[in-house]
Amino acid sequence: MMNKVLKSIKTLTIEKRLPNMKRIYLDNASTTPVDKEVVEAMKPYFTQKYGNASSLHSFGSEARDAIEKSREKVSELIGVKSEEIIFTGGGTESDNMAIKGIAFREGKGHIITSQIEHPAVMNTCGHLEKKGFEVTYLPVDEYGIVNPDDVENAIKDDTILITIMHANNEIGTIEPIGEIAKISQSNEIPFHTDAVQSVGKIPVNVDDLGVDMLSISAHKIYGPKGTGAFYIRKGTKIEPIIHGGKHEGGLRPSTENVPGIVGLGKACEIAKERMEVDTKKSSRLREKLINGTLEIEETYLNGHPEKRLPNNAHFRFTAVEGESLLLSLDDMGIAGSTGSACSSKELKPSHVLLAIGLNEVQAHGSLRLAIGRENTEEEIDYVLEVLPEIVKKLRAMSPLWKKDGNVQR
Amino acid sequence: MYSDKVIEHFRKPKNMGEIADADGVGKVGNPVCGDLMTIYIKVKDGKLEDVKFKTFGCAAAIATSSMITELAKGKTIEEAEKITRDDVANELDGLPPIKMHCSNLAADGLREAIKDYLSKEKP
Repeated sequence: MMNKVLKSIKTLTIEKRLPNMKRIYLDNASTTPVDKEVVEAMKPYFTQKYGNASSLHSFGSEARDAIEKSREKVSELIGVKSEEIIFTGGGTESDNMAIKGIAFREGKGHIITSQIEHPAVMNTCGHLEKKGFEVTYLPVDEYGIVNPDDVENAIKDDTILITIMHANNEIGTIEPIGEIAKISQSNEIPFHTDAVQSVGKIPVNVDDLGVDMLSISAHKIYGPKGTGAFYIRKGTKIEPIIHGGKHEGGLRPSTENVPGIVGLGKACEIAKERMEVDTKKSSRLREKLINGTLEIEETYLNGHPEKRLPNNAHFRFTAVEGESLLLSLDDMGIAGSTGSACSSKELKPSHVLLAIGLNEVQAHGSLRLAIGRENTEEEIDYVLEVLPEIVKKLRAMSPLWKKDGNVQR
Repeated sequence: MYSDKVIEHFRKPKNMGEIADADGVGKVGNPVCGDLMTIYIKVKDGKLEDVKFKTFGCAAAIATSSMITELAKGKTIEEAEKITRDDVANELDGLPPIKMHCSNLAADGLREAIKDYLSKEKP
């Protein structure tokens, strides 16, 4: 019987499903298109300058030079010394490197993190808990902000690491990293921040933040997927989590992904040049999107009204379920994201939305729209034209939405 | 992820709405897991003359609701009671495995509505 039910699920290709439709990408917090200049910069390192950066010959040298130039570009974006940058396979790996790197070195102890971290941090801490480490998951307020006092109060004699994200990937809230760093410094505890969402979007200066380790991902800033960077302050000691050759100071063995590294470097260079222009444009479009969307009745903004990434808009619509909302938008060519359980593989609502105090039903009705460099005002106008109709249609179908205006929350 | 038929029923659900003077109402699901369904039936001469639904949930939940109304309409109470979750999924050309248990509630909803009708019929 099961076999019959699970028989080939017939689906149409995207081209057939959305014929000739202009598609609007508003999921730039998930990933971004690779900038054409980035692609051009990467190209020679596939077929012409393909040497192994560890080789002594000229092929090797040109690869090595490219890596070092890239390292400088990454370090310039976050205001650090180039030798403090390690190239990795992405943000998740950088997070693992920081957390396990400290944990493995110490062998035991207590870690402080928050309840709204990305799974790369959350599940790494969870794994260490199973291995005997103790982890404190700090709560956040209704906007998703960690209280620095809570960090201070959570410190124990055996606290070995504090890891709190710079900006939240779902609701875009920016955390008071500078204040938390003062606490970590006075207690001499290494402090790591996952800055995957903030780097390239808002000014990130490591000295201002005061962190000892920081994670970066290339594909969130118009670079290639599968490449990231890890900042580690000189003097901070971690144990490698991968073993092999002497690449990246022995911290990240594996023949360097030269095209990816070049792409990340170029993406950082462009991000630095464009930051002001990008921020100005995306916050203008974002404000328009928020103001227009909040005109729909029983619609709320999640996250902090000001302390948030300039490109992030995160809503919830009473009595509407997120996956239906997402698919209905997709039918109209609009790509977004939701924290609804129905769209997740675990069928659990977003831990971030629950942490800011929403109940499960409220969390189901959430929608994240993240603006990117390529979005236009016309696209936002189109979203504001289509979205109210979709919400209306889904509410008409919803037993939670009552005709007389009494809404069951 | 979804079959064309699921998408078709999700986009244009059949028999969406309430029946004001319904003979039986079945409520199933749980808003916590994201799917909540109400099935309304109107019975005449032992047959389901009309079936309607209201659903809060994902595309699978909406499509199965729409499909059950189509499958049940015109059937006798005895026939309608026999419609299973698998029948609904099959008619939709299958559902993603993860949605089979959580969102495939429509057959249960219909049975609840019939139960409600029968309990009123036999005081």
